[in-house]
Amino acid sequence: MNLIISLFDIVLVITLLWLAWSMLSTEDIFKAVVLFISFGLLMALAWVRMRAPDVALAEAALGTGLTGPLFFSALRRMERLRQDERRLDTSEDRDADTDSEQE
Amino acid sequence: MPILTRNRNNRKRLDPYLLLLFFFVACLVLWLGAILCSLPMGVPGLGKEVASLQQRSGVQSPVTAVLLNFRGYDTFLEVLVLLLAVIGVWSMTLAPFPSGEVEKSPVQLGVVRLLTPLMVLVGAYLVWQGSHLAGGAFQGGAVLGGAGVLLLVAELPWLRSVPSLPLRIALLAGPLVFFSVALYCLLRQGKFLAYPQDTAGAFLLIIETACALSIGVTLASLFAGGRPDDDLPETGTPSDPQGGRTE
Repeated sequence: MNLIISLFDIVLVITLLWLAWSMLSTEDIFKAVVLFISFGLLMALAWVRMRAPDVALAEAALGTGLTGPLFFSALRRMERLRQDERRLDTSEDRDADTDSEQE
Repeated sequence: MPILTRNRNNRKRLDPYLLLLFFFVACLVLWLGAILCSLPMGVPGLGKEVASLQQRSGVQSPVTAVLLNFRGYDTFLEVLVLLLAVIGVWSMTLAPFPSGEVEKSPVQLGVVRLLTPLMVLVGAYLVWQGSHLAGGAFQGGAVLGGAGVLLLVAELPWLRSVPSLPLRIALLAGPLVFFSVALYCLLRQGKFLAYPQDTAGAFLLIIETACALSIGVTLASLFAGGRPDDDLPETGTPSDPQGGRTE
């Protein structure tokens, strides 16, 4: 039983490190956000293994449930701004300002 | 970002700035590792002290006792930081709601209708559970905020006309209740945030409920990304240097 649990821990740590690395090294921002969400879920599991259920709850709810959608909406807004920029390539209007504001 | 970048001739070359950054990060990691190795092993921590004072804190959960009673000042400042974040977002722009009606599928509306009350219930339960098990104001508030995010993602039409005053009251409820309890303790006990021992549990529950409401509204407002429409209109005065968006 002990062996299984320590094996689980080792797999968990390796998966976390691999997720973190692939999240940082990927070129696709959408993929990075998805990897970030799965990283948060596994991190909550790691907090449970460290016997900190309060932190695990906060990580699952805040780190995954709220930050993920927040990143997605920021991504959508970035894409919308980029499309506007392409359409209004020459005219300098407010969209460029808001673009730099949000980045 | 890879350190090896390819230039036009498709030959690998080293970016000196990235290499320097990599070097500094490696030094930092090594330094932190050395510090970690030099720490004494098996320090018992403060668990015993907390357990010996558990009776006087008014709650059964040691985490809640530390967060709200023994180190209540830190939690108060955390709640204020969240409030500051919303003030920052609100001062920048109006909440950008997509213009035009979007055809919503009945499945989505049904899911929202089913899940939102459930999430509110779970959030309230987490706040209540905080007094004796894992849970508390931040976790419950996060679930409430998740319910708000669900409503915002569904783009329900009435969200556009949410009045600003109730939102402001809900945002301020947690910090205000926390601060008034702290002031009451200052007048009664002579110390900031030193709850009277017999009513500490009730005080903590009141603070947690108000803070959970505020945290939920705060997180949902952060997701909305701006102040509501009927809030201060764009005036273009020089006192507004960010010059919010007028669309």
